[in-house]
Amino acid sequence: MMYSEKVMDHFMNPRNMGEIEDADGVGQVGNAKCGDIMKMYLKIENDVIVDAKFKTFGCGAAVATSSIATELIKGKTIEEALKVTNKAVVEALDGLPPAKLHCSVLAEEAVAAAIEDYRRRHGYDVENSQQCPGCCRKCESDLDE
Amino acid sequence: MDKNIIYVDHAATTYVKPEVFEEMKPYFTDLFGNPSSIYSLGRESRKAVENARSQIAYCLGAHPTEIYFTGSGTEADNWAIKGVAYANRKKGKHLITSAIEHHAVLHAFDYLKKEGFDVTYLPVDERGFVNPKDLAEAIRPDTTLVSIMFANNEIGTIQPIKELAAIAKEKGVVFHTDAVQAMGNIDVKVNDLGVDLLSMSAHKFYGPKGVGALYIRKGVRVDNFIHGGAQERNKRAGTENVAGVVGMAAALKLAYENLDEYNSHLRKLSDRLIDSVMERIPHVRLNGDREKRLPGNVNLSFQFIEGESLLLMLDMKGIQASSGSACTSGSLDPSHVLLAIGLPHEIAHGSLRITFGEKNTEQDVDYIVDNLVEIVGKLRQMSPLYEDFIKKGNNK
Repeated sequence: MMYSEKVMDHFMNPRNMGEIEDADGVGQVGNAKCGDIMKMYLKIENDVIVDAKFKTFGCGAAVATSSIATELIKGKTIEEALKVTNKAVVEALDGLPPAKLHCSVLAEEAVAAAIEDYRRRHGYDVENSQQCPGCCRKCESDLDE
Repeated sequence: MDKNIIYVDHAATTYVKPEVFEEMKPYFTDLFGNPSSIYSLGRESRKAVENARSQIAYCLGAHPTEIYFTGSGTEADNWAIKGVAYANRKKGKHLITSAIEHHAVLHAFDYLKKEGFDVTYLPVDERGFVNPKDLAEAIRPDTTLVSIMFANNEIGTIQPIKELAAIAKEKGVVFHTDAVQAMGNIDVKVNDLGVDLLSMSAHKFYGPKGVGALYIRKGVRVDNFIHGGAQERNKRAGTENVAGVVGMAAALKLAYENLDEYNSHLRKLSDRLIDSVMERIPHVRLNGDREKRLPGNVNLSFQFIEGESLLLMLDMKGIQASSGSACTSGSLDPSHVLLAIGLPHEIAHGSLRITFGEKNTEQDVDYIVDNLVEIVGKLRQMSPLYEDFIKKGNNK
């Protein structure tokens, strides 16, 4: 297994790890059965993500993608944050081993799920967005590499 | 090896003991003859190969003509299973194995299944034991082979091989055991056990990689697997790995001479690790049986955390171990062994295998435990599963 230095750095020194007590949006994706769960907490003011924290159960790549995702979305508007793709997450980490690409998809989904929760709380009409329902293995074949 | 590294993955592989390496050396350089050549250089090599065969046979209580050298434990397993299945295919096409075999065995059976054989995979109980009653009930008139591993590579469970082999023998079915993990840890004697075939691999008992052996009891029919020259009594072609088999024999001889001492050393370390982890870390379970396990094997599941993260953090502290987590295998499913003993996926993902060897010390154990306390704590702080558990008020 070859992780980049960036992945190892974010794994050993995760940024923004923890929870936000009075979060405006919380999203959890993944499934313990598959070995990955990401929980994303967002503090949002005037549609801008002013703080983001995460908790993750998973491998080194899962922790690193969560960590970098919080860095990528902090300070962005929710519209901008929704445009942070798994590809951007992978690039920011200087790449991921092919078997670990699904972790980047999970990070993208965690951000989307937290924003969806925020919008629901604020009365927006939210269509059911993507959420990992378990090990469909879709992410193995469907990756935006 | 780097002094700052604590290697506790001896079930994966071991180093070659210096005295074993010394015995191998001449056969790489000066004594390089082909054992099949008739001149003196060839005869030297022939002598070395046959001496090695005799030594291994002596350790096992077998006859030298019953020992066949292979390129690995995996090859020995494949040869035993496919060889017996094909040699007896007119008699029957039913084969029996267990759910927790090494992939060298399981995937050989999967292959035979595709070739039209019928395979029964015996379940195991929560500690990893095959129930002899299940075996007796699974044997049919068309059963030709039973293959059950001696000791499990992940959880260390030692099967009641003698009892299982007796059941097969009573019904006239050939019995193979994959003893790759047992050799060097257990006083294996083929006649006492009553097994017909037995696989081993040198690099698990301080011998070299790339060499294994298959014991085939006299009279047991096994089709050839590797075709070519007349080596290994016409049964396994290919120029002998002379240095390799010399090393395997030297390593096995040393292992058999020091079996009791080695066992008590490993057992002391394992007990110390298990006891202190249980005392200092909550929500952890020992996988396998506390007593009937390989002396150097400790397999633990830490709830709420994932194994690869644990391994990476241990590696940062110089501790090199292994896990049954999916993430370390490249698949999404955790270890088939841990699932077979009934662990839920999320607990199987958080497993750690530590396998001690001769150079490990009690200080190593204490260092490992101190780091485990810290790392498990850190990963749990990071885990949403642990957060949920705490918020639900620990009511479990």
